[in-house]
Amino acid sequence: MNASTIAVHCENLVKVYATGDQKVTALNGINLDIALGELMMLVGPSGCGKTTLISVIAGILDQDEGTCELFGHNLLTMRSSEKLKFRAQNIGFVFQAFNLLPALNAAENVSVPLIINGVKRQEAERKAVTLLEQVGLGARTKSLPSELSGGQQQRVAIARALVHNPRLIVCDEPTSALDHESGRKVMTLLKEVALHKDRTLVIVTHDARIFEFADRIAKMDDGHIINVSASTQLN
Amino acid sequence: MNRIALKMLMGDRGKYFGIVMGLTFASLIMTQQPAIFVGLMTRTFSFISDVGLPDIWVMDAKVQFVDDIKPLQDTELYRVRGISGVEWAMPLYKGLLKARLTDGTFQTCNVVGLDDTTLIGGPPLMLAGRLEDLRRSDSIIVDIDGIKEKLTKPSGTAKGKSIQLKIGDSLELNDHRAIIVGIAKVTRTFQSQPVVYTTYSRAKSYAPKERKLLSFVLVKAKSGQNLTELAKRIRDSTGLAAYTSDEFKELTYQYFIKNTGIPINFGISVLLGFIVGAAIAGQTFYNFTLENLRQFGVLKAMGTSNWTLLRMILLQAILVGTIGYGLGVGLTALFGYSMRNTILAFRFPWQLLIFSGAGVSVICVFAALLSIVKVIRLEPAIVFKG
Repeated sequence: MNASTIAVHCENLVKVYATGDQKVTALNGINLDIALGELMMLVGPSGCGKTTLISVIAGILDQDEGTCELFGHNLLTMRSSEKLKFRAQNIGFVFQAFNLLPALNAAENVSVPLIINGVKRQEAERKAVTLLEQVGLGARTKSLPSELSGGQQQRVAIARALVHNPRLIVCDEPTSALDHESGRKVMTLLKEVALHKDRTLVIVTHDARIFEFADRIAKMDDGHIINVSASTQLN
Repeated sequence: MNRIALKMLMGDRGKYFGIVMGLTFASLIMTQQPAIFVGLMTRTFSFISDVGLPDIWVMDAKVQFVDDIKPLQDTELYRVRGISGVEWAMPLYKGLLKARLTDGTFQTCNVVGLDDTTLIGGPPLMLAGRLEDLRRSDSIIVDIDGIKEKLTKPSGTAKGKSIQLKIGDSLELNDHRAIIVGIAKVTRTFQSQPVVYTTYSRAKSYAPKERKLLSFVLVKAKSGQNLTELAKRIRDSTGLAAYTSDEFKELTYQYFIKNTGIPINFGISVLLGFIVGAAIAGQTFYNFTLENLRQFGVLKAMGTSNWTLLRMILLQAILVGTIGYGLGVGLTALFGYSMRNTILAFRFPWQLLIFSGAGVSVICVFAALLSIVKVIRLEPAIVFKG
């Protein structure tokens, strides 16, 4: 991988959580490069540090040691306001529990990242409707999250992660709350709609059924990356 | 983002109404109880307000409030009339006398004796009869509330309603016949006794024999006179107390504030209302933020600044505060309106609106601050926790 094609560059990342006298090392010297246009999955047992790693990569958690660069930018050295702006423009999120705002309908939910970026509401909602059509929810733009199935809610969440055209999308267990069929649909959607040569996807998952969608899989344990391989090599 | 904040607030109708109701309750308590307090305290000097014409009240130097009558000699009236700057000075009798009703029972009445010639100091509103009818022999004018509530006649049947007195009916005031020639509307007094108006000379004949019977000298200042200076001149010349109407009201008001338990009792009730209202509204609003913490976390993760989140929470607090305040004040006004013709003391001055508005604002700011601190300290990484 040459420098111009690297989206995420992590070097000797260390993150320690301290609760009282106890210290838990969540990341213990992580080295990882993820390329532009790549779908990277982080897998491993619970508590191995996957979520901490994507939190650091996404710039919502600061590491204690090491460097994490996103598209050549070191988020740790950025001012808080710069980091917020960078995150708002360059990162999309897909969560395990969808985390849609329950009071907003699908189109309003999808338009949130655009509104955060200063786009006018009408324009943001127009773009949101277009994207909802792309993810197959053109008929449900006015539905509240409570009126949608789990799979539909995750598709709304994917549309929300894509609407502002970010360069990195981080997904935390995007299929774990879904049945097998819905999970596959969501992954197909992510691969077909979300992934392209200028965008990188990092997915944390336990779900072995979706490993086949990954370009590479980083296996983690106890705060370390123990193996990075092509998806076909894992099983 | 403001629209998102409002949608978040109103998305859960139950919680939204809970917060608004808490603030409505706090606002209601903070206006209704003080309004009763103000109404009650206003009654302490309602007689002074009703006698609207004079500029200055002259009385014994030891008088502490309007019902604390320490009679003067009639000659004091002439001394006051002789002071420069006085347009006119009239005598006024005020005292408590027992009226004997037709069924033999007694009722203490507030008897007011007006200058025989000018009838200055009469009731503010005549409902029936004329003030001039006081010039007829044995005549009195009685206030409508007294007529309705305390000076009634028995019906004659066991369970029948008592009968209101009317013009032409008579009472006995200290063994003197008194005939009702008019019915007046007066502001209720603190003691809520019936008010009976008659002439000064007749009032003196009703009153128990005493060497001094003049309660007050009512003074009108000449045009252009400085009232404070005139009152000082009267004090210096006569050795009596002389107050402008406003000063006399303040004297009376302060007496009741300092010498009765009313302020402390109402103060406790208002304070409790404030605390309970603040606790309900503050906790509900804070809980609302706590329950939405994940949503705030999502917004924060997606790049929303703390300043924007702070504005969102403040907007939510201002909205529920304004609606709760409006409803609370509205309910208080409705309460006051529905009680307007009852014995309940109620007065709702604009200062109370400011007081309760400030109270509700304090609650909202406090609740919002607690919520804001929580949201600002929030780690956006919370969104990745299942």
